Amino acid sequence: MADDLLRFRNDEAHDEPAVTLDSFLADQTNATAVRLESGDDARALIPFIDRLSLIEVSFPVYRDGRGYSSARVLREAGYVGELRAAGDVLVDQVPFMRRCGFDSFAPEAPIDPAVLKASLDRYEYHYQPAADAAVPVWKLRHG
Amino acid sequence: MYKYDQYDQAIVDARVDEFRDQVRRRLAGQITEDQFKPLRLMNGLYLQLHAYMLRVAVPYGTLDGRQMRMLGHIARKYDRGYGHFTTRQNIQYNWIKLEDAPDILADLATVEMHAIQTSGNCIRNISSDQFAGAAADEIADPRPWAELLRQWSTFHPEFSYLPRKFKIAVIAAPEDRAAMRLHDIGIELVERDGVLGARIFVGGGMGRTPMIAPEIKDFVSADDLMSYLEACLRVYNRYGRRDNIYKARIKILIHELGADEYRRQVEEEFALVKALGIDPPAAELERITAFFAPPAFEAGASDAIDRSDPDFAVWLDQNVKPHKQPGYAIVNISLKPIGGIPGDASADQIDVMADLAERYSFDELRVTHAQNIVLPHVRKVDLYTLWQRLSDAKLADANLDLISDIIACPGLDYCSLANARSIPVAQKIATRFADLGRQRELGELKLKISGCINACGHHHAGHIGILGVDKKGTENYQLLLGGSGAEDASLGKITGPGFNEDGIVDAVERVTDKYLQVREEGERFLDTYRRVGFDPFKEAIYG
Amino acid sequence: MKILTGNDLPTGDVIWWTGSGWSRHVEDAADVGDQGDAILQAEDGARRVNGGYIIDATATPEGPRPAHIKDRIRALGPTVRPDLTLKPSDPNAGNWVI
Repeated sequence: MADDLLRFRNDEAHDEPAVTLDSFLADQTNATAVRLESGDDARALIPFIDRLSLIEVSFPVYRDGRGYSSARVLREAGYVGELRAAGDVLVDQVPFMRRCGFDSFAPEAPIDPAVLKASLDRYEYHYQPAADAAVPVWKLRHG
Repeated sequence: MYKYDQYDQAIVDARVDEFRDQVRRRLAGQITEDQFKPLRLMNGLYLQLHAYMLRVAVPYGTLDGRQMRMLGHIARKYDRGYGHFTTRQNIQYNWIKLEDAPDILADLATVEMHAIQTSGNCIRNISSDQFAGAAADEIADPRPWAELLRQWSTFHPEFSYLPRKFKIAVIAAPEDRAAMRLHDIGIELVERDGVLGARIFVGGGMGRTPMIAPEIKDFVSADDLMSYLEACLRVYNRYGRRDNIYKARIKILIHELGADEYRRQVEEEFALVKALGIDPPAAELERITAFFAPPAFEAGASDAIDRSDPDFAVWLDQNVKPHKQPGYAIVNISLKPIGGIPGDASADQIDVMADLAERYSFDELRVTHAQNIVLPHVRKVDLYTLWQRLSDAKLADANLDLISDIIACPGLDYCSLANARSIPVAQKIATRFADLGRQRELGELKLKISGCINACGHHHAGHIGILGVDKKGTENYQLLLGGSGAEDASLGKITGPGFNEDGIVDAVERVTDKYLQVREEGERFLDTYRRVGFDPFKEAIYG
Repeated sequence: MKILTGNDLPTGDVIWWTGSGWSRHVEDAADVGDQGDAILQAEDGARRVNGGYIIDATATPEGPRPAHIKDRIRALGPTVRPDLTLKPSDPNAGNWVI
């Protein structure tokens, strides 16, 4: 799995296993890595984001798009740690996931790096702001 | 109308490049059909009964002659010489090859067109009033707001894998000509203290469980609109049902939470999102609005029309609507010839309409959700010549809003989702009522046919609605009465047991006969139905 | 009988399994017995068919006739545009569908 991990961060990969949200909130309060299932409420982690180094968001099937909101919610709340998309993560979704704030990816099936690079480089402009640094087109138009 | 700048064009061009690569990878076997399907759907490419079907976006139903000509070119070059205008103001081609799709998108991009998000579980084409910019009753042109939303929703990274499709409509007049209340989000522009803002309805829709959208917010200013909609979508993305495809639309979420609770959650989210600064500045809406400035109307254009040609007079009375500018009129082109296929136009007819738009309508056309075409700004002095040109092209049926102006989905003749054929039923009904005098006697009668419960033919919103079902392997048709997609929105009521193809035509005739029998002065069919109720009609249908 | 149908991946054409390959004509469709799933798996994997599935059909002198009207419409073409079907000159073709 570590071989297939894609990271867009400069720091060391976090190597402690992620605990579930329920157990984090119940008794594993010292854990530094938490895993959110697609139906979990990401906002439950907001009081703890300063203590967390890794939040892993599950994509059980790529059609389940709840993780995109989970990621943005966490970044909007100020989370700066590693935000990982795990599961049925396909190369064609990675650009949207990056825009939503994911900076690492643990796909079930390997992703072709050439296709990934082409995908990530393809769109120079974006219409709307998100959790990435992209400047929305309306801001380019009006400053 | 809106014109792309370098950014709009770059985005569409990048999309063409992206899809070309995705098709290449699919044909080479690098991605499976299951992985490819949402990608092609987000480019409007379905796999249908006979071939791939491509749905090209016509943003808020507006296009110019050059774009219309490109649609004709695509019909000729890549399809079989015709296109089908849809109930969401788009156009569909039924005989597309996957291997041609990238080239089609490239051709479209040269005229600022695309097929982005015309399918898939994402935000679809923003629809609007086909009389925008021409009708006297609008408080503003709704299309700049629709364009703003088009850009906001295009490749939105958070909302591309929603529980289900998402449809938004924007109007700006008390008369709802876009079935706004039957959309996932319906927006009505309103004025408060001299400021233009949006009244927001959320949770409308047809399909298996039709619902009329409740009002969620009575006024959202332009400055807050993006944040507010972002909040609406985020609540849906997070909490919309994903366990059952038939319960995944936002109307179900609102029905299950209740409008008040949904509103509360949206307000909570809105407070957080507003602080992020995602709303574009007023200058952006102003920039877009400038593209929708009124055309250079001729001052003092004559209101006089020579009605001496009786066929022209009939068409004039039925298909031509008043324009806010003296000396001008709104022309409705019917794509519902008796016995024809509702909403279809040949490549030659498409070219004629492009020519006529350029010559007589300031180079602008509209597609309506009733599958017809509008030339919005025609000088009255030009109407007779225009009508003659339309007649030559078999585009002059004088049946707007009459019983033969049927909305029909493609049905089982084309669509893999259908349970029954809808087009033959439309043809038979139109033929039964072919006599124009008889149609005018019946007056406004909006008949809508869907070939399955997905309701692409809007049958729930028909004054008379027909739903095709599969009854033990044979096609069967249910009759509904009393629906309306206008500002007096209502959902049709099923009358009782269904009919076969000939039976449904007879049943419709019994309904119209009953109407003529009991109507009072000035009542449309819908008004009579609402006054006398369901029972007299049920009795007439079933005896 | 059981026959296989689907669409040609690059063109979208409706195709029918003949026993050794895919034909655009339902008359060529072969009875696959209980081998349908195995054949489809192999053919889909090789991209020789897209979205293939098994259907019931009755053997007739004109060839296999799919049990469901939807597949008969797929076999011939839209009933409302005879000119666009596989048998544009045959005035009786529509009767076979319905």
